[in-house]
Amino acid sequence: MTAPSKIIPLYEIAHGRTGDKGDRSSISLIAYRPEHFAILVEQVTEERVAAHFAYRRPAKVTRYVLPRIHAMNFVLDGVLDGGVNDALNLDMHGKALAFHLLELQIAVPAP
Amino acid sequence: MKELAVGAGAGFSGDRVDAAAPVVKTLIERGGPAAIIFEMLAERTLAFAQLERRRDPSKGYEPAIELQVRPILADCIAHGIPIVSNFGAANPRGAAARLQAIAKDLGLPAPKIAVVEGDDLSDAKGAGIVAKYIAPEFAGRPFASANVYQGALEIAEALRKGAQVVVTGRVADPSLVLGPALAHYGWSMTDWDALAGATMAGHLLECGAQVTGGYFADPGMKDVPGLANAGYPIAEIARDGSCIVGKAANTGGLVDARTVKEQLLYELHDPAAYLTPDVVADISDAEVTVVGKDRVRLSGVRGHARPATLKANVFFEGGWFGEGEISYAGRNAEARARLAMEVLRERLAPHLALRFDLIGVASVLGDDDGRMFAATPVGHATDVRLRVAGTHADEAVVERLMGEVTALWTAGPAGGGGVRTAKRKRLSTTSCYIPRELVPARFAFVE
Repeated sequence: MTAPSKIIPLYEIAHGRTGDKGDRSSISLIAYRPEHFAILVEQVTEERVAAHFAYRRPAKVTRYVLPRIHAMNFVLDGVLDGGVNDALNLDMHGKALAFHLLELQIAVPAP
Repeated sequence: MKELAVGAGAGFSGDRVDAAAPVVKTLIERGGPAAIIFEMLAERTLAFAQLERRRDPSKGYEPAIELQVRPILADCIAHGIPIVSNFGAANPRGAAARLQAIAKDLGLPAPKIAVVEGDDLSDAKGAGIVAKYIAPEFAGRPFASANVYQGALEIAEALRKGAQVVVTGRVADPSLVLGPALAHYGWSMTDWDALAGATMAGHLLECGAQVTGGYFADPGMKDVPGLANAGYPIAEIARDGSCIVGKAANTGGLVDARTVKEQLLYELHDPAAYLTPDVVADISDAEVTVVGKDRVRLSGVRGHARPATLKANVFFEGGWFGEGEISYAGRNAEARARLAMEVLRERLAPHLALRFDLIGVASVLGDDDGRMFAATPVGHATDVRLRVAGTHADEAVVERLMGEVTALWTAGPAGGGGVRTAKRKRLSTTSCYIPRELVPARFAFVE
């Protein structure tokens, strides 16, 4: 029997910040509470993040795991329309992308 | 030996100009060895500074020097707090001259100012070096400028020789902090763990308020007290390279494990290999520990041998960028804005590629090719702003884009208002890696 769970946005259990270098975006994802870190590692995979950013057509998504600080770092290649100097986006750095990641839906144990 | 404290007075060109004074005051009250950095040189900032210097050889340094340094220069000199900054941008000697003028104006004796040079590869010789290392698809593009990232060693040597101000052009941002730490502790240039620790201290400081509650606040989730008066950071760096990050006294803001973790990972790619000219820093096993109110320790950073190459940013003339916006509000506003978009598309699409945003409906999260926009269902938003943007090699084509937005005043859908248009020269960029022996750094004292 599967334990009951509920679906929530990542936003409720994690925070993060976007950085950019050229056409590459890096997005941190940090668990507020250590006990939630395993949920992030299990569910926020490279594949899911790539799918979540499908409109940006990432050439590659790489995930780095930092267990000591209960964080992960996602590096998304080719998602900034050429980067800060070339993009036509108002947000040419892609600064808002961390908050898009935080919309990803995940399952957590029901209370 | 007392630990070194390094404060940050600014984290980018355009940062607050009243942040440094409380940092300096806190450093003075603490006593002991200290330095203050101003990090003011993003990739684009430097490229535009290069263009400015080309127009006027006396310019091309950070003009905010006046507002940033004037209020703190006398205190820093009186208390032996060196100022280290990349505000030299494309013209460190121009910046040094300006600083001497400010000192004279304040009635101070001429400060001992060092400039670090060697980063600028924009002349024929530099361009020749760059041409060998950039990807083939960039060959033949109209070269604008290039700068290579330099490290901390020249900063440290200038400080050891008594520099009161060190002015650099392009150096790796964290090297601004590693420089004073290296001068203070005299680490060997192969003491990788210590170099990496101080480098990551620099990484935490280099964006100013981004580690003290700035760029962090999210009401209800991540509340920050006194954000309007956030204190800028100060790192106490220990002999082993670990540090405790705090902030200026009697200020707003917040330093806790969350603010430090967000900034620690900011703009990092592989956390095991953060490359700088000085060291490869590895935070795989780094620890972030709260040790007091607004005091967080970063420890456990490891270092590996520095890269054999240095990164250079290369800029090319990128033609012109133009954009225009118009607002629609009230009943059926979204439909009117979408009609305006179709009008612009019909009149402009033959001439240049366009990006559209419907601000309030679908905007910054979308891609330039409009895939997300196209997938956004048509709705009934009642307060939206249409934006169109495009680029072209020919300025006249970009001006035509602006003109078509302006014409919506009278020839577009009903009720459009608040037209704004803008254009600017564009630079496109790439980076490459150059063997460090080809691009040696140097420093000199200037009168």
